[in-house]
Amino acid sequence: MNRIAENFFDLAVMAKYLPSIIDGVWVTIHLAVLIVLSGLALGFVLAVVRAFQIRPVNWLIVLVVDVFRALPPIVIMIVFYFALPFVGISMSGFVVAWLSLTLVLASFAEEIFWTGILSVDRGQWEAARSTGLGFLQTLRDVVLPQAVRLTIPPLTNRTIVITKSTAIASVVAVQEILTQASAAQAFSANTTPLTMAAIAYLIIFFPLVVLSRWVESRFGWKR
Amino acid sequence: MTAPLPMLDLKGVRKSFGAIEALKGIDLSVARQELVFIIGPSGSGKSTLLRCCNRLEEPTAGQVLFDGVDILSPGIDINETRRHIGMVFQSFNLYPHLTALGNVTLALRRVLKLPRDDANERGRAALDEVGLAERAHAWPNELSGGQQQRVAIARALALEPKVMLFDEPTSALDPELVGSVLDVMRAMRESGMTMLVVSHEMGFAREAADRVLFMDEGEVVEEGAPARIFEAPAHARTREFLRRVTGH
Ligand SMILES: Nc1ncnc2c1ncn2[C@@H]1O[C@H](COP(=O)(O)OP(=O)(O)O)[C@@H](O)[C@H]1O
Ligand SMILES: [Mg+2]
Repeated sequence: MNRIAENFFDLAVMAKYLPSIIDGVWVTIHLAVLIVLSGLALGFVLAVVRAFQIRPVNWLIVLVVDVFRALPPIVIMIVFYFALPFVGISMSGFVVAWLSLTLVLASFAEEIFWTGILSVDRGQWEAARSTGLGFLQTLRDVVLPQAVRLTIPPLTNRTIVITKSTAIASVVAVQEILTQASAAQAFSANTTPLTMAAIAYLIIFFPLVVLSRWVESRFGWKR
Repeated sequence: MTAPLPMLDLKGVRKSFGAIEALKGIDLSVARQELVFIIGPSGSGKSTLLRCCNRLEEPTAGQVLFDGVDILSPGIDINETRRHIGMVFQSFNLYPHLTALGNVTLALRRVLKLPRDDANERGRAALDEVGLAERAHAWPNELSGGQQQRVAIARALALEPKVMLFDEPTSALDPELVGSVLDVMRAMRESGMTMLVVSHEMGFAREAADRVLFMDEGEVVEEGAPARIFEAPAHARTREFLRRVTGH
């Protein structure tokens, strides 16, 4: 019992490293917010572009999206961080983490938005076009409002999964929660900082998970 | 003296879907204020014919003249053209995320670019014409099938079209709701709307149609006054079809 308290809940260690864990929390939140904004926006734009049904463009989108959905995010980050400098592209760890997870989230979001667009009945397009609405007007005013509604639950879940994986950014030296905790653990020769990291993640993501449950019940089919 | 310009004039219209020839050269002229009724078995090309009239389907060959203008010519502004051609679908196709009034005003605002107040006023007037003024703020799923179809009619009417295309407007309705939709169509007929109607409501055809066309396998087999088609069909295929749908 005592061993557990000493190793996981050492109050002195907690007090000492709390500031650096909090620094990590801000970095994690900063990174996560940027990824959500840019990932969802890019995914949305790609799905809209795909709706134009231009063959070569769609093949390209599908190929890129499938690659980013297939690769483990940690592999993408490592490639961007350690391999791209050899071809003259070097980015900070933060930018690498942001870009990698943005591309991953955008890829999943594109597929989710696209599925949503496809799930809107063809009759909706036809009714709108028959009244003289153009392609883009129909997409914006008739199809997307229905598609987006359907996509909110899967999108929320996917967004949580991907923002959580900001923890992986520790491999490219981003000073987020896990990086700070690992460093603190090494300095203090005590695992308490890892407990603190776990608690920090819970504080950030637990409300989001609860929110996603609510979203699911609120936006499931049926208006 | 030249004959007045038909509202719709189809000349040799063909449509193929891959190997399937859905329309095998249709000639059809619809005069102003005329109600032309189309009957025929499922798969005979009735929907495809209607959809060629506003280019929801692109004909493979032939001409479609609307009010004297070839709507298949490359220079045509199809969105501008379509607002003058109302269409009503079997499955209503109301927008589920908009209220009845929202359904009716969307094109008024986006296509005619009317300000919100003007669009609402005109939308309410259209809903009033179909007897649903008091349901303006209802969502589609709160309306009966008959009411939904009348909202769909109002959505088309609000644009003040020159011709209305109806594709089996009552086929998805419970029998007791059919009458309310037919009443609206009857009133449109009386106000002088040009109408092209695909339907199995033979009673309505007898009473309201100027002409009945019987289609089978992508062709117009015969056409004539309702009484003539129903009482003395000239073709065996027509007789066979009428026997099947009327059940004797
Ligand atoms: N989009 C389509 N793709 C392929 N075949 C179609 C399509 N639309 C209609 N068809 C075919 O064209 C023929 C005529 O269909 P349709 O016009 O819907 O007939 P109707 O309305 O008289 O039942 C049918 O054989 C149908 O299968
Ligand atoms: Mg049909």
